[in-house]
Amino acid sequence: MLQKEGQVRIPSGCAISAVISTDGTRMTGEKIVESMKPMHERSNGLGGGFAGYGIYPEYKDFFALHIFYDDDACRTDCETYLRSKLEIVREENIPTRKIPQITDEPQIWRYFVTPRHTLLNSMQLDENEFIARIVMHVNTLCDGCHVFSSGKNMGVFKAVGFPEDVGVFYRLEEYGAYAWTAHGRYPTNTPGWWGGAHPFALLDRTVVHNGEISSYDANRRFIEMFGYKCTLMTDTEVITYIMDFLLRKQELTLEEAASVIAAPFWSTIDRKDEAERKKLQYLRTVYPSLLVTGPFSIIVGFEGGLMALNDRLKLRSMVVGEKGDRVFIASEEAAIRAMEPDAENIWAPAGGEPVIVRVKEGAY
Amino acid sequence: MGIRYLTPEFEVVRNDARCIRCQACARQCANEVHRYDADLDMMLSDEMQCVNCQRCVSLCPTNALKIVHSDCRLRENANWDNAHIREVYKQADSGGMLLSSMGNPEPYPVYWDRLLINASQVTNPSIDPLREPMETRVFLGKKPSRIRRGENGELDTTLTPQLELSMPVMFSAMSYGSISYNAHESLARAATELGLYYNTGEGGLHEDFYQYGPHTIVQVASGRFGVHEGYLQAGAAIEIKIGQGAKPGIGGHLPGIKVGADISRTRMIPEGSDAISPAPHHDIYSIEDLRQLVCSLKEATAYTKPVIVKVAAVHNIAAIASGIARSGADIIAIDGFHGGTGAAPTRIRDSVGIPIELALAAVDQRLRDEGIRNNVSLVVGGSIRSSADVVKAVALGADACYVATAALLALGCHLCRTCQTGKCNWGIATQRPELVKRLNPDVGSRRLVNLMTAWNHEIKEILGGMGINSIEALRGNRLMLRGIGLNGKELEILGVSHAGE
Repeated sequence: MLQKEGQVRIPSGCAISAVISTDGTRMTGEKIVESMKPMHERSNGLGGGFAGYGIYPEYKDFFALHIFYDDDACRTDCETYLRSKLEIVREENIPTRKIPQITDEPQIWRYFVTPRHTLLNSMQLDENEFIARIVMHVNTLCDGCHVFSSGKNMGVFKAVGFPEDVGVFYRLEEYGAYAWTAHGRYPTNTPGWWGGAHPFALLDRTVVHNGEISSYDANRRFIEMFGYKCTLMTDTEVITYIMDFLLRKQELTLEEAASVIAAPFWSTIDRKDEAERKKLQYLRTVYPSLLVTGPFSIIVGFEGGLMALNDRLKLRSMVVGEKGDRVFIASEEAAIRAMEPDAENIWAPAGGEPVIVRVKEGAY
Repeated sequence: MGIRYLTPEFEVVRNDARCIRCQACARQCANEVHRYDADLDMMLSDEMQCVNCQRCVSLCPTNALKIVHSDCRLRENANWDNAHIREVYKQADSGGMLLSSMGNPEPYPVYWDRLLINASQVTNPSIDPLREPMETRVFLGKKPSRIRRGENGELDTTLTPQLELSMPVMFSAMSYGSISYNAHESLARAATELGLYYNTGEGGLHEDFYQYGPHTIVQVASGRFGVHEGYLQAGAAIEIKIGQGAKPGIGGHLPGIKVGADISRTRMIPEGSDAISPAPHHDIYSIEDLRQLVCSLKEATAYTKPVIVKVAAVHNIAAIASGIARSGADIIAIDGFHGGTGAAPTRIRDSVGIPIELALAAVDQRLRDEGIRNNVSLVVGGSIRSSADVVKAVALGADACYVATAALLALGCHLCRTCQTGKCNWGIATQRPELVKRLNPDVGSRRLVNLMTAWNHEIKEILGGMGINSIEALRGNRLMLRGIGLNGKELEILGVSHAGE
């Protein structure tokens, strides 16, 4: 019997793309969808998706939960659970457009929620941890339900299909975001499951990823010590949890987190000045199990910015370009040109060199 | 003369046409098997004394010798095999416990040989260690659960003491006494050159070897032989030996025949006395007592050295390791039932303990389930025979491996398993000066460096094949392993899938 995603580990290759306005200007989803077209051959129709930041300004203080349901029965059970933990201020189907390229969709719902404050106080948790635990609970224990987006003022939209079709399906031209990321998937062995598409998200942090990491099980078995459950058995899922652990729980900076997952070689560290050497040696010594090896290019989205990172050998292509207040990142230059034909300063970041782009303070 | 129940196990086959009567064999054999008879102008053999150590075979200039198993056997019996019957004869003669050396030789499963390693194809490139950096550096010790920052937000990079290894292998504990001065010198010099560590075992540290302290792990066992403040401070780390894979539940044995003047001074015991360590540490009757000893040793060394707790792999090893991980220890060393020894009761060596592969898998998973895997590093031994075993151990979850038998083989040991007699013809497990000098530490340390260098090349090649370019990305990476010919329970304990899955 063919095993479903989550029952078996499925390697996959991919295309990624992103755009951000450092001025915080809202952009509709058309351009980012366009960027995936020249990279059509990098996907195989078994998964595509997008993340948009700043898309829910009217609900920016509420967590936006995007959930796939197999049927009404599991939705009813899940909603009962959600209501016991959360105040739901709005719930609705996510608007979609029926197109022949996208079929067999599950029920796709969105909820704007806030934690019940009495619970928050009695559990002595901050609201991010509270929401993260609810996401873990639903995704591991509620059969047929999958939370695929859970941050504030941002959202993930993904499906089985080619990414350019997924963008049309979700009517992304109707959303305005200061940053978009996109992903087209080429899994090697999967019946195609909507939850398995990228971006993968926890809270406001999303990851799109191209590659197949060879450190997967070392990373997974380490991160699962800290309450994360890797239910999908995909690289992107584990990278998302690693970023959440390093940035939110360990409170590392983005640069420090990059030095953990794409750590410089010891020979490089040994050549650094003393302060830098001590810091890099410390990070590699403390988090050896979070070193990610094998080819990857990732774009991490978060509130107010993006970070792009290649594996330390640069085994996957990734280029960056600029135009005005816009910064573009993609697997191929062609994708950047599709968004902005006159993009400038196109360059390929070195392996392990993080590219961090932030929106001006106050502009998001 | 009484009836002789035991017949020679081995037969010396001498090709008389080749023998030039040089008598090298007679001079080389401390067991006095070979003798020249001038009247007959012939070499004669007392095969009762032969242990099949192959020294004479290796040294015979004309290749005139071979040692073969005697085919003079008792009548075949699948239940009462030859070994059991011989051992009954021996005990009926002596009234004593049977004593043996080196690791359990019985045909138990070797799980390393039932595990296969992965490699990259198509979806993920393999990496070529000849052309790309490939890292095997490892740090052993406790990892903090949270980072700390200074006032300006900079990382506080102070860590509890760590051991830095150039590759995930160390030389395991072998005491001065059980092995020779030259063997110790070879290990100490090789460890220093390799950027690794060797381990004193429970026999103290010879004064000549304090210079290798930065690459020495000093052991504290239940006998406390040779333990004093200077000794504790001499090493890079301190190991509390609770148990040993070859003899779980009992203390070390050093026959008095091996306790000469030098050993006596180093161990701080009388010359010629048997050095039999107590079975338990008499200040550790429970896990909370272990914590006190760990803390005492740290106090004695001002918290500058990691403390290792070494235990034998026994049935409830996962729970034991969990207790140790909360004891303040920095590193847990686990020794499997195939681990070697200089002397152990045969019945214990051959019937007590469990395989290290299963113990390692169970401990690593248990510590992760409890969220305390970061409290300690895991070092496993008993027995690691090759670089492939190292790779498999790291993939199961080990931070590093202890090797001892492989190191002795590099020094010339032929695994004749009679270390307890003190008559090692290879100059390793002996204290007789004329035998010790056969092992040249220049040559010995060179051979050890060669062995580890070769293993490190192989580890890098295997890592690269998996698309991994640093050893830490392999640690606990059980997806890189598949079982072959294992049942469901074994796979479950090892935490690996079967080949083809």
